[in-house]
Amino acid sequence: MRLTPTLKAVTAAAVLIAATACGSSDSGGSSSSTGLNPPDLKAPSKLGKTEGQVNLIAWAGYVEDGSNDPKVDWVSDFEKQTGCQVHSKVAASSDEMVKLMKTGEYDAVSASGDASLRLIASGDAAPVNTDLVPNYKDVFGDLKLQAWNSVGGKAYGIPHGRGANLLMYNTDKVKPAPTSWSAVFDDAAKYKGHVTAYDSPIYIADAALYLKATKPELKIKDPYALDQKQFDAAVDLLKKQNANVGEYWSDYLKEISAFKSGDSVIGTTWQVIANLTQGEGAKVKAFVPKEGATGWSDTWMLSAKAKHPNCGYKWMDWIISPKVNAQVAEYFGEAPSNAKACDETSDKSFCTTFHAADTAYWKNVAFWNTPIEQCLDGRTDVKCVPYAKWVQAWTEIKG
Amino acid sequence: MTATLPAAGRSPVRRLAGLLHRRPRLRLSLLLTAPLLWLAVLYLGSLAILFISAFWTTNSFTSEVVKVWSTDNFHELFTTPVFRQVILRSVGVALAVTVLCAVIAFPVAFYTARVARPRWRPWLVVAILTPLWASYLVKVYAWRLILSEGGLADWMLKPLGLDGPGFGLPATVMTLTYLWLPYMILPIHTALEQLPAGLMDASADLGARPGRTFRSVVLPMVLPSVAAGSVFTFSLSLGDYITVQIVGGKTQLIGNLVYSNIELNLPMAAALGTVPVVVIVLYLLAMRRTGALSSL
Repeated sequence: MRLTPTLKAVTAAAVLIAATACGSSDSGGSSSSTGLNPPDLKAPSKLGKTEGQVNLIAWAGYVEDGSNDPKVDWVSDFEKQTGCQVHSKVAASSDEMVKLMKTGEYDAVSASGDASLRLIASGDAAPVNTDLVPNYKDVFGDLKLQAWNSVGGKAYGIPHGRGANLLMYNTDKVKPAPTSWSAVFDDAAKYKGHVTAYDSPIYIADAALYLKATKPELKIKDPYALDQKQFDAAVDLLKKQNANVGEYWSDYLKEISAFKSGDSVIGTTWQVIANLTQGEGAKVKAFVPKEGATGWSDTWMLSAKAKHPNCGYKWMDWIISPKVNAQVAEYFGEAPSNAKACDETSDKSFCTTFHAADTAYWKNVAFWNTPIEQCLDGRTDVKCVPYAKWVQAWTEIKG
Repeated sequence: MTATLPAAGRSPVRRLAGLLHRRPRLRLSLLLTAPLLWLAVLYLGSLAILFISAFWTTNSFTSEVVKVWSTDNFHELFTTPVFRQVILRSVGVALAVTVLCAVIAFPVAFYTARVARPRWRPWLVVAILTPLWASYLVKVYAWRLILSEGGLADWMLKPLGLDGPGFGLPATVMTLTYLWLPYMILPIHTALEQLPAGLMDASADLGARPGRTFRSVVLPMVLPSVAAGSVFTFSLSLGDYITVQIVGGKTQLIGNLVYSNIELNLPMAAALGTVPVVVIVLYLLAMRRTGALSSL
């Protein structure tokens, strides 16, 4: 008597599952929206009165009002000067940012390249009139109107800062010193079990970047625009790499501890992690290998449904003003976007360490972008693999 | 029963009290409404929503949930090799942790319940419970240090010419075993404590050696408690995804797949999320046959 209801439920569930297992398989195609045809939105030609508040979505460390550390505060002065009360929400991933922006409750977001195009395409991000952001003129030229922050010459945001995904290695254990990404791909077996990699689907681009240099027959032009054949080659390479990987990292503290203990001896990193690991006494070095590197460049974007656009514009101007931009960049550990910020950093060699003005350095960096079906490198004869497929492939690579 | 009492001089509170006193059914339903609502709406309701949303799909580009009925997610769940592999691995980890916990817990519980001096027993139980007071993350990170290169495990095994297990599947099983061990010791301890001493004496009087007594008397009576403890260790291990992120190296379990799908493909995450629910229901049904659920 007590058994039957539970048993019934389980049988029902089992039957349902069995039915689905052999059920229909093709209805996913119904919703495939493609291409980058953003809705025709207009940027304002002049600013109105500020609205008294602004709601932001940001990476941790981008909007600091002193509540985490009383010494780290660039929000209070903004509130005093503009009368715009700042409400900020920290997002943990690009995907979360996209999701939050869809709610329409936020005015601006600090989007990385793997989120920005999605926001533009879905009409969640509005074009930005850069004339209304006076500090924009001091932004490094190679950050303006790039593939991840503009469409058809129309700016969709204000560059905030950037960094490269470097190759870090333990100088005691990795000899001779590597010069190429092959150290973590083709020659990774040498350090079996001690190789590390960034735990995100976007890491597939790192493999594509390596293939671009080593397998010219694949004709990869842009590691974020991969057709099925190129994509499969990158996934194969990563599956081979998986056999030698000790662990993947997404939490930077985990990577620091792994390099300190020697659990990881070689793998991708960010400049700030390399600095912190060196600071804790580990013998590591980080550099851009000869094939170049992938990287990230964050952009402040305005919501198309922003309720406080004027305060939003004021914020975008404030966050890239030389002094504040220097503060954020130093706190977070990235290259500032404003050229004048380099005079304002507390550590005078900061901009050199982070290669802020080094155009040649950034030429070798392929900044994160959102892979979409319409190939970003301009090819029209093939379809590229969209990001959703990258996510699936990443699960399979990790096995 | 329905006759109204003289209301003169009675406050509304007392009238209400009188009403509740006269109508036990009303009293009972008022008492149970809140907890039942909690159970039905919040607990079972959320499970139902989880199951239903597993039948939706997402827009591949904007990753918005499209509420179109489709069984693709379950189809994918059963046909994609990587999902099958991860599900089997997760169940395997949960079973391994359960077996290890039972093997370690039994002697410990036997000592604390029957061998140790009676006045020490409560203190031993407290000692077993103390790790539960420490934060989960602290304990797992401690294991990360123990298992890391040149850590405690390496150092202890070095004289034997061995290396520690490093991060990976064995490390995950070890850490989970450590985490859930108290949940296995406690029910076994209680069962052993309640075992009448006379039974063992009788067994000895009839000529059974200790081994025989253990097999024929102790084990059959304690087994339901082992099964009860296994319900905890099994379900806790099956749902865990943080330990494996910290000490599991590159290992993925069901929880990690749910986590990596939740932002971009919520319906797929929901489909994956129903797997542990189904597995645990099946496990509970199996355990129910041993009478474990009545000794929880």
